[in-house]
Amino acid sequence: MATTAIPQSSPAVPAAPTGVWSWITTTDHKRIGVLYGVTAFLFFLLGGLEALVIRIQLGGPEQHVVSAEFYNQLFTMHGTTMVFLAIMPLSAAFFNFVIPLQIGARDVAFPRLNAFSYWVFLLGGLFMNASFVAGPLFGAGHLSVAPNAGWFGYANLTSTQFSPGPNIDFWVLGIQILGVASLAAAFNFITTIINLRAPGMTWMRMPVFTWMSFVTQFLIITAFPVITIGLVFLLFDRVFGTNFYNVRAGGDVLLWQHLFWLFGHPEVYILILPAMGIVSEVLPTFSRKPLFGYAVVVYSGVLIGVVGWGVWAHHMFATGLGPVADSVFSASTMLIAVPTGVKIFNWIATMWGGRLEFRTPMLFAVGFISMFIIGGLSGVMHASPPADLQQTDTYFVVAHFHYVLFGGAVQGIFAGIYYWWPKIFGRALNDRLGKLHFWLMFAGLNLTFFPMHFSGLLGMPRRIYTYAPDLGLNTLNLISTVGALLTGVAMLVFLYNVLASRKQPPAGKNPWGAATLEWAIASPPPAYNFSVLPTVKSRLPLWTEDGVSEIPDVPPGPIHVPPGSARPLIAAVGILTMGIGALMHHHFLPSLLTVLGGAAILVYGIYSWAFEPFEV
Amino acid sequence: MSHAAAAHYTSTGLDSRKIAFWAFIGSECLLFGSLIATYLVYEGKSVSGPTTHQILNIPLTSVSTFDLLMSSLMMVLALAAVQRGDRVWARVWLAATATLGAVFLSFQAFEFTHFVREGLGFTTNLFGSSFFTLTGFHGGHVFVGVVWLTTLLVRSLQGKLGPDKALNVEIAGLYWHFVDVVWIVIFTVVYLIQTTPLPQGVR
Repeated sequence: MATTAIPQSSPAVPAAPTGVWSWITTTDHKRIGVLYGVTAFLFFLLGGLEALVIRIQLGGPEQHVVSAEFYNQLFTMHGTTMVFLAIMPLSAAFFNFVIPLQIGARDVAFPRLNAFSYWVFLLGGLFMNASFVAGPLFGAGHLSVAPNAGWFGYANLTSTQFSPGPNIDFWVLGIQILGVASLAAAFNFITTIINLRAPGMTWMRMPVFTWMSFVTQFLIITAFPVITIGLVFLLFDRVFGTNFYNVRAGGDVLLWQHLFWLFGHPEVYILILPAMGIVSEVLPTFSRKPLFGYAVVVYSGVLIGVVGWGVWAHHMFATGLGPVADSVFSASTMLIAVPTGVKIFNWIATMWGGRLEFRTPMLFAVGFISMFIIGGLSGVMHASPPADLQQTDTYFVVAHFHYVLFGGAVQGIFAGIYYWWPKIFGRALNDRLGKLHFWLMFAGLNLTFFPMHFSGLLGMPRRIYTYAPDLGLNTLNLISTVGALLTGVAMLVFLYNVLASRKQPPAGKNPWGAATLEWAIASPPPAYNFSVLPTVKSRLPLWTEDGVSEIPDVPPGPIHVPPGSARPLIAAVGILTMGIGALMHHHFLPSLLTVLGGAAILVYGIYSWAFEPFEV
Repeated sequence: MSHAAAAHYTSTGLDSRKIAFWAFIGSECLLFGSLIATYLVYEGKSVSGPTTHQILNIPLTSVSTFDLLMSSLMMVLALAAVQRGDRVWARVWLAATATLGAVFLSFQAFEFTHFVREGLGFTTNLFGSSFFTLTGFHGGHVFVGVVWLTTLLVRSLQGKLGPDKALNVEIAGLYWHFVDVVWIVIFTVVYLIQTTPLPQGVR
């Protein structure tokens, strides 16, 4: 099992195991990447569906497509899903598939921990979304008991006094479970990037995507513990009746806002930095020019990560922090625009004078830059407390962060999907359909979000389920709704493209003529990635004469491929069981027993994992 | 596993587990940082007693702090014994470390029950909530450490903890020293530097 000998005469790829069980027990970073991508995309569609219902409800004044209560659940789950179940894991799909290939490694540092991250993410996502149908189990009298206090869950709206149902419990425990997945993955990728770079792959030869992912992992391991503690306080308040957010006992509800945004603002960079990395790969490839100012792009990414930790209170200007705090956070927020602007100018300079080739990934990359500039500019506007006070809690803010996250992160992710699709599946997506997808989505997103700047400045508040007909908001909202539907059509085009891609011709090793290491091997890559460990001699190994040592198609000797393991799934089930147990906290004994049972499964999973013979 | 790891090429020459564990400790700093910051922000904000100086027993906790500090010394000796292949002393020092950890937990259990009998529960006031959560999180970490050390002791008794497995002990040691250092911070800011004014009414 440990070592697979490959006869010289046989094809280069040793038969990879097939079947459902081989996917359940897989520890191959490429398969885990595909699992992450497919799962996260399904959650992305679900979150998009929630957005469509929201937009239909707001399409005209005084509509009642959904009730006010269900509307609260929809916008809460839309935000939570897109942040934790769609964009983060879609980025993780690329971390998994691309990072080991870009640095010349055979797998991540801890393949089983990697599988564990995926399973915890999947079970956490299902746990959170089970709230849509779990009402009867809690005697709620209606089907859905989904979280309903917004993705930021401000105290004391989340207290048992104002949210007595299980809705907030689902949210608290769901995010805790997902945090475990993100943290485990982050330790794994930090170690992988530090320790598994191929000989010659020095820090300043590392592709920018890997660099930005590296910064992202540090943001994850520093930001998630903070929200973990904020959520622990909330859970203790709800389950045991502690006083953390209890004003009557002297508690301060602003503590939650500080802990949440201490996490929440780095989280914004967790969402956008991987997309910036993807764009930094796509632009040079389709401009036929090395990235302009590579080192500066890397350093500004690191700087964004560092300064990203000092801007959180700009989410809290409206709480009245006082002139000193307002000034400091206003200045740091304006400051962080500098490294961001540096990146944008470097991307533009990369294209300047290049031989531009507008294939689909390039369109999405350029779309990313243009839309991110719009979102970035309105972001700088929020850095000014007086302006922010006007904009807080209006649709102007909704417009801003959707330009950053949809126009930015999601377009960046689609650039990555079209770019690496031929590497992942061996066949490219159709370029014409891809372009149709891009233009529909580009039109859709601008139609949806641009009018929100105006509806916001006219005073339309966020998180209201309907509005009066004589406020001058009708047309703007109707346009937004039409745009959202158009975006939905764009997604259908993409799905059709995915189905049709099976008929595309094989892509070959390097269909785009790109420069980085992942394009030096077969598409899809064999289980062992590199037949011999490459020696890298250039930052652009495939664009440089003798930039990388020869990587033969047929391995010269036997290659050890780690076997699969079901232990990570067992440990993940233990964590899910503990979450389910905590959910039942109104029934003390069953709850306690379920939590202890889950802990027992987790401990069994960890111990059998630790003592399982498994050589990387 | 370490012989296999040694055979593998790594960029730094270090074992990957060690790097991952340092990253984990970095993450844990933010976890305890959030807990300690919350405790400090809420110190003196309780609207009812009992709070810090009315209930905290510095001499008693000094003893348990000394106990935990000594366990770190035992941990160092355990690692040294494993590294030089000294099975007998490896077992002695591992057992000593785990025992001192268990003694610390006993002190904490005594302290908690004593506080509850004195009228300070988890939900009594802001101090009770933040104190029990902070020290409880630390105690939970000590508990995990004791289980971990006991596992290593069992492996040693099975004869499966030779010098080639010294890294397993080293990583457990990193964890143990970290938990110890966190306690030094907690002991200092919670017990030694009390800034709590008397609650209204008592003043």
